[in-house]
Amino acid sequence: MLTGVGFASVYIARKSEISAASLTYAAFFFALYLVAHLVARYTVPYADPYLLPIAALLTAVGLTEIYRLGPSDAFKQGLWVVIGVAVFALVLLGLRRDYRLLENYKYLFGLGAIALLFMPLLPVIGQTVNGSRLWVHVGNLQFQPGELGKIALIVFLAAYLREKREVLAQGRLKEWGPLLVIWGGAMLVLFATGDLGSALLYYGIFLALLYAATARVAYVAVAMGLFLAGAAALYKATPHVQTRVTNWLHPWTTGKVFCPLTGAQALRQDCGSYQEVQSLYSIGHGGFGGTGLGAGTFTTSSGHQIIPELNTDFIYSALAQELGLIGAAALLMLYMVFVLRGFRVSLFAGDGFSKLLAAGLTFGFALQTFIIVGGVLRVIPLTGITLPLVSYGGSSIVSSFVVVAGLMLVSNRANAEVEGAR
Amino acid sequence: MNRQLNRLAIVAVLLLVALVVATTYWQTWASAGLQDRQDNAIQRVVQFTIARGLIESNGKQAIFAANKQRKVSGQTLYFRRYPQHTLAAQTIGYSTASRSQAGLERSMNDYLTGSNTNLSNAFKRALDKLGGGTVKGNSLLLTLRPGAQRIAQQQLGNRCGAVVAMNARTGAVYVMASTPSYDPNQIQANYAKVLKIRGDCGDGSALLNRTTNGLFTPGSTFKIVTAAAALDTGAFTPTSTFEDPGYCTEYGQKVYNAGNPDQNGPEAFGRVNLATGFQHSINSVFCNIGKQLGAKTILDYAKRFGFYKTPPLETPADERSPSGLYRVTKTGSHLDDPKDPGSVDPGRLAFGQTTMLATPLQMAMVAATVANGGVVPKPYVVQKVLAPDGSTVRDTHPANLGRAIKPQTAADLTAMMVAAVQGGTGTAAQIPGIQVAGKTGTAETSVAHVYTAWFVCFAPADNPQVAVAVVLEKQANGFGGAVAAPIAKLVLQALLHG
Repeated sequence: MLTGVGFASVYIARKSEISAASLTYAAFFFALYLVAHLVARYTVPYADPYLLPIAALLTAVGLTEIYRLGPSDAFKQGLWVVIGVAVFALVLLGLRRDYRLLENYKYLFGLGAIALLFMPLLPVIGQTVNGSRLWVHVGNLQFQPGELGKIALIVFLAAYLREKREVLAQGRLKEWGPLLVIWGGAMLVLFATGDLGSALLYYGIFLALLYAATARVAYVAVAMGLFLAGAAALYKATPHVQTRVTNWLHPWTTGKVFCPLTGAQALRQDCGSYQEVQSLYSIGHGGFGGTGLGAGTFTTSSGHQIIPELNTDFIYSALAQELGLIGAAALLMLYMVFVLRGFRVSLFAGDGFSKLLAAGLTFGFALQTFIIVGGVLRVIPLTGITLPLVSYGGSSIVSSFVVVAGLMLVSNRANAEVEGAR
Repeated sequence: MNRQLNRLAIVAVLLLVALVVATTYWQTWASAGLQDRQDNAIQRVVQFTIARGLIESNGKQAIFAANKQRKVSGQTLYFRRYPQHTLAAQTIGYSTASRSQAGLERSMNDYLTGSNTNLSNAFKRALDKLGGGTVKGNSLLLTLRPGAQRIAQQQLGNRCGAVVAMNARTGAVYVMASTPSYDPNQIQANYAKVLKIRGDCGDGSALLNRTTNGLFTPGSTFKIVTAAAALDTGAFTPTSTFEDPGYCTEYGQKVYNAGNPDQNGPEAFGRVNLATGFQHSINSVFCNIGKQLGAKTILDYAKRFGFYKTPPLETPADERSPSGLYRVTKTGSHLDDPKDPGSVDPGRLAFGQTTMLATPLQMAMVAATVANGGVVPKPYVVQKVLAPDGSTVRDTHPANLGRAIKPQTAADLTAMMVAAVQGGTGTAAQIPGIQVAGKTGTAETSVAHVYTAWFVCFAPADNPQVAVAVVLEKQANGFGGAVAAPIAKLVLQALLHG
């Protein structure tokens, strides 16, 4: 495990040097991860040794790219990483004896999830950014409560499905009530806030856990059908969704079309699909080897940034340009290793709640990566969510660290049981 | 539950694999296509991170295109500047921020940006990139002679026209003057203004490269081709005699000689031979030759001189036009190679009227072919492509496009062209101490007494060095011998003495 952390810090240092950042950044983060590592050694000595180093590496890659795109953002992101590690430590310390007591509070988590999702819709503290009402601001602090709501929802689903999996598998309608209410409420809030990416994510997590718990493919099929019907209805009803789909299917037009942003006629690549198209150009420009860190092109010849939201939604296209196919593939491999370790944790866990919790957290992590990177790569329509651990954004970093902490807690218990059995 | 979890893990991994596949697609397979798209804002900037190669004339007398540096958000960008302004502007072209390019800047872009494919080149480029250094493009050394080029453009002045001068042996192009011209430095900021530039002829864009893309009725300069066919086929000799009543009868109608500027009505020479007919550019003589040879033979000889093919040159192919008969249809003007040459009026074709159109470059090639003993030299304007370290990337070796006529035919034509300058229509091109061989052309336009004036020549006649073609559009009462020949003379002098 030490090797992993060491490798991570060397990686940070090397990256920082190339992008001309001060070595203090690297030293500071080495110290930070050393603290995180020591806390983990103390609290969860049997935990999976890969999870934390990979998380550290991903954070380092993200931080380096954010620094390259704008040093002031990197400082803020650095603070959020500190907070993230602190929360990580708190979760480990708080739940090191038995995280399974969370199961007893499942309805609290369910309601909490909905409350967190509802928060941005409240007057005064709610805030709309880029057409999506996802933010809460208190004083100078901005936060996306939905990020933590996601984890609360996974805890609820894991606990509830563990308890009711037999009856649900038998198809007793009564038992579906609380599940549907909590889940339906969450979906409703998501559509109300206009955050389609998260809606897709939650639905995916829900389906995955439902399948894992009941082993009934039919449920998944029915839910998929419901989703498709809902998606079709939504497509008809909301121009917002129609635009997204059109931009995805036909990002380039040869003639001018109506541009809803300006109300004038324009080529779609200069209007609605501008971000997607320019992001693809950014990826394509990277080619096999990339331009090299710090050598990418993100501004016009007059100094304007070409792609908006570059360090959040489009950080993958920035990374793909500078690191090329080699770097981008390596990054995706890191996600893949993390996800495989996460499922390994889930497989080795001793009880149903732990299994579902680990699977939910891991699948959510993988699906979130797929939704944003797939959107950037034009595999699916683009919806703005963050790339876990890499994108700029405090809420995302903190919640990702909670995911890491959760997986480590589960794996610690499972491995400790195996050790004990010996 | 583990079976389901295993399956979920597979789904999750497949989702991530899909991302790797998609990334691979965009970064390898689709990468080139994305880079070529006009709206690619990154490529618009990236092209300026490359220090484009210089475009200069051979011998470094003039730099046509250079760079000025500017720092933009930490990146050094290289913007193009054109120190020679309007000089040879249409041939040099431009390369601007909005990603539009023209001329050699467009056709030689791969060399100028150093992206011409070659393994060691690609390797060097990759090293430059990794080292964080600037990618430097290759420089072009042109065969253009700035002094003669400047004289040609000054002489054309505000008239619409063109001058092409080339080495009669090698095909190296010395002058490519096209007026009205424009300043390539203005393309980025004042494109609308550039579009509004008009010469004396009233229409026609300054952006048009008239030397290679301007199509003009060749008029009597085409008599060189007709005479070449007449002599080379053996159907006529320079001493073949003709009776000139001032007109030639074709399809039962009279085709008159050109009007004599001093008299009212066409000239009539009486009994003349072919050489005299050429010297004084007598239409009736050539009309009769045309009738006897037929349009097919004349067109066949024209093709031997390069007509009906886009002349080779390093400028973009769509900035060059083939010469030949043109037919106007609803969709525009099209090159017309008639299946039945009998439908073409052979008498008028013989003296370059009907629907025959030629570029100045093509007519310079005709003169150069006669000068070169009957072999058509292959024109080129880029002598060398030089790498940033000074090594030669590409060197142009003179080549030819095949033999058009026999050496004896070329010798006979030379003698007739010398006579035309010594005591015929082209006396204004005489240079003391140097024998000039030339042919005038005064083509009728749709407006009476407004002509397209030509002069096509080479010198020295006994040891040909330079071939020149001059054309002036819409000249009121402007005869080739009077308005075009003096320009050709000055360009010849500049090239032969310079």
